[in-house]
Amino acid sequence: MNLPPHSAERDPDFSGAASAALLRELRDILTPESLITDRELLRPYECDGLSAYRRLPFAVALPEDEAQVVAILVACHRAGVPIVPRGAGTGLSAGSMPHPQGVLLSLTKLNRILKLDPVARVAVVQTGARNLAISEAAAPHGLYYAPDPSSQIACTIGGNVAENSGGVHCLKYGLTMQNVLRVRMVTIEGEILELGSHALDAPGYDLLPLVIGSEGLLGIVTEVTVRLTPKPQMAQVIMASFDDVRKAGEAVAAVIAAGIIPAGLEMMDQGAAAAVEPFVKAGYDLEAKAILLCESDGTAEEVAEEVGRMRGVLEHSGATDLRVSRNEAERLRFWAGRKAAFPSAGRISPDYYCMDGTIPKKGLGEMLTAIAAMETKYGLRCINVFHAGDGNLHPLILYDANIPGQLERTEAFGAEILRLSVALGGTITGEHGVGFEKIHSMCEQFSTDELKAFHAVKGAFDPPGLLNPVKAIPSLHRCAEMGRMHVHHGELKFPELERL
Amino acid sequence: MSLAAFRERILARRPLCLRGGGSKDFYGGPLVGERLDVGGYQGIVGYEPSELVMTARAGTPLAELEAALAERGQWMAFEPPAFGGAATLGGAVASGLSGPGRTSCGALRDFVLGAKIMDGEGRELTFGGQVMKNVAGFDVSRLMAGTLGTLGLILEVSFKVLPIPVGQASLRFQLSQDKALDLMNRWAGKPLPVTATSWEEQLLTVRLAGAEAAVQSACGALGGQRLPEAEAAAHWAGLKEQSHAFFAGEAPLWRLSVPSIAGPLPLAGIPLIEWGGAQRWLRGDYAPAQVRAVAQKAGGHATLFRGGDRAAGVFMPLPGPLAAIHQRLKAVFDPHGVFNPGRLLLEL
Repeated sequence: MNLPPHSAERDPDFSGAASAALLRELRDILTPESLITDRELLRPYECDGLSAYRRLPFAVALPEDEAQVVAILVACHRAGVPIVPRGAGTGLSAGSMPHPQGVLLSLTKLNRILKLDPVARVAVVQTGARNLAISEAAAPHGLYYAPDPSSQIACTIGGNVAENSGGVHCLKYGLTMQNVLRVRMVTIEGEILELGSHALDAPGYDLLPLVIGSEGLLGIVTEVTVRLTPKPQMAQVIMASFDDVRKAGEAVAAVIAAGIIPAGLEMMDQGAAAAVEPFVKAGYDLEAKAILLCESDGTAEEVAEEVGRMRGVLEHSGATDLRVSRNEAERLRFWAGRKAAFPSAGRISPDYYCMDGTIPKKGLGEMLTAIAAMETKYGLRCINVFHAGDGNLHPLILYDANIPGQLERTEAFGAEILRLSVALGGTITGEHGVGFEKIHSMCEQFSTDELKAFHAVKGAFDPPGLLNPVKAIPSLHRCAEMGRMHVHHGELKFPELERL
Repeated sequence: MSLAAFRERILARRPLCLRGGGSKDFYGGPLVGERLDVGGYQGIVGYEPSELVMTARAGTPLAELEAALAERGQWMAFEPPAFGGAATLGGAVASGLSGPGRTSCGALRDFVLGAKIMDGEGRELTFGGQVMKNVAGFDVSRLMAGTLGTLGLILEVSFKVLPIPVGQASLRFQLSQDKALDLMNRWAGKPLPVTATSWEEQLLTVRLAGAEAAVQSACGALGGQRLPEAEAAAHWAGLKEQSHAFFAGEAPLWRLSVPSIAGPLPLAGIPLIEWGGAQRWLRGDYAPAQVRAVAQKAGGHATLFRGGDRAAGVFMPLPGPLAAIHQRLKAVFDPHGVFNPGRLLLEL
């Protein structure tokens, strides 16, 4: 069969879209308070959690049910108007940054938990349901939804599906992909697709892995069935200090090599510990060059056995200090600092930029040494928190957007970290997504043929290319331009963008 | 066989029947096209126990991978069936089949981290990677799991491996199907180290694995009769490899994948149940329409897994919009219809 033409060559141009006609249609579909076109009221939607990239959409639509979502998509399809889906707007890669000619589709009104079956251990929820709300609803049954991104108070399950979100416990419990059984979504043509099922598999291609993590490029998710996990009886965390970051990195590898899969295995460098300690008073060892948090969960006997084994490995790896949480309050306090790393960075610096590369764990030491050198090269500080167990790094580059040139230096710093992530055998994004932010770094990780394949996959779901355009997958033209950009480092990227 | 040789065969644009060890020739639609043997494309490309990642060429026998992992105290926790000695990594991924531990550790596709494939234009494409967390680009590597080779020639796969659990025990209970289904679901909702379950001929068998202390305390909590180690190992291997007596003989074998809480299904014949109730096997000459209707009513689907008339399609047909997406994806990766035509769905 012949594919509809779909160009991977250049970014699409939507200047000819029938926007005025679309607006009339949207007024028929939505109640007046669910359609925003007033410039001032559009402001809150101009960016997601990555505020460095802002744009105003043409309109914001807030559908209240799936039928409205279908109607909006059909109308946009007819008018040739792009659509950018948005959940809670907590994303960190400008994945839901609006398109100036497009409709921003806010899905927060579809926030109901439709069904929770404690025997089947599943919850059927609408796309805008909050991650934490699912766990709260499941708690009376001794169950919870395992993926716990640090934004879990606010972030939506639809956003988690879009990004394949993880959290601090995904080494043991998996990412969104491993915890979703079924996704119901609407295509740009207004067709409803059911992917997966309440059984453990479905006939045909397994499209769930393709759609989970697809950043809103393939369809609009309206409903998700998640798997619920029995809550472990208890958990204990070990806090270990190291006088050298490389030793801490080796300790991480040693824990895994000893046959232990911790429930969480996190690392903070001295800068990160110093940044959070004044705010959370977790009792972090500020003399340590690196701190590891290593958690065990399960039955009391299981935890006692595993904590004993973990202690042995960490001591043998040269930990200078070891503390095991004595009760739940202390465990939560040890974690509080790690979970507060991002907001703490925001308190010690006017702005910060969070990176998200993943590397094989053996490259941890090399990466940290390189980041230290980059701090000097770019004249900016960087503090580091890592999901060490799975090699996912979150270097936080501290900068001040009001000082001319700092944002550009920050972006160059970040891009260099990502380049090294790829060179070390890793990836430019472990869990935050490519979005608009890392679209250029995609050119470093994938070949022209691979990028063409991605565009073709998008075309299979979204032939007119209207869903979240100019995100996640760069056009070949963009990658070619980026090659030139390496030469002129000081130049401003994306001059078409409004900078705030 | 070399990549250049694979490319030459693909670019000839004649239908190809991709084959690793041939252990799953029985599975899926009829074999069509000239045989392309991938079994010679072998070797472990990378293995770092502390990274929990192994990378190997598609033709590498599963047995070789398992042996290399066992040396370092690790294993493929998704327990891919070999159905004889010749099964390869590529075949395991293409068939997407997972073993007895499916409900506790996940499916084969959950363990796939990256894949290198050759598409219908002879291009080498790499998706995913060698790290646990990677959301750059669409996850085409996991899409390959269960495609039965219809989207491309799998060349190399990186997958997650896990430490072999320290403690293990299997318990047996004499129970009716109703009662067993109820118990399997109730236990799955508790923080117990249950990693596999099966029920057949009034016998519920439960595998516990994890920290030694957790296994011991669960044994005490659940009761039942503890199986001797060798008997337990033989039981789970018999289910995984379908060497268990239930699978003997020539009668067609149906696999019904249903929500675990579905009650006993209204079909003649006593099933063998796995995956906490989510996978049910039946033997006999059922009318395909009847089995499919029962599975669908229970919220799942049915596959003619082995034997019977394969020409009529062994998997359940797809609804229209989903079928259209399948055809378009097929056109993306295999525009000339070279790879395993009709093996997964008649129209692909």
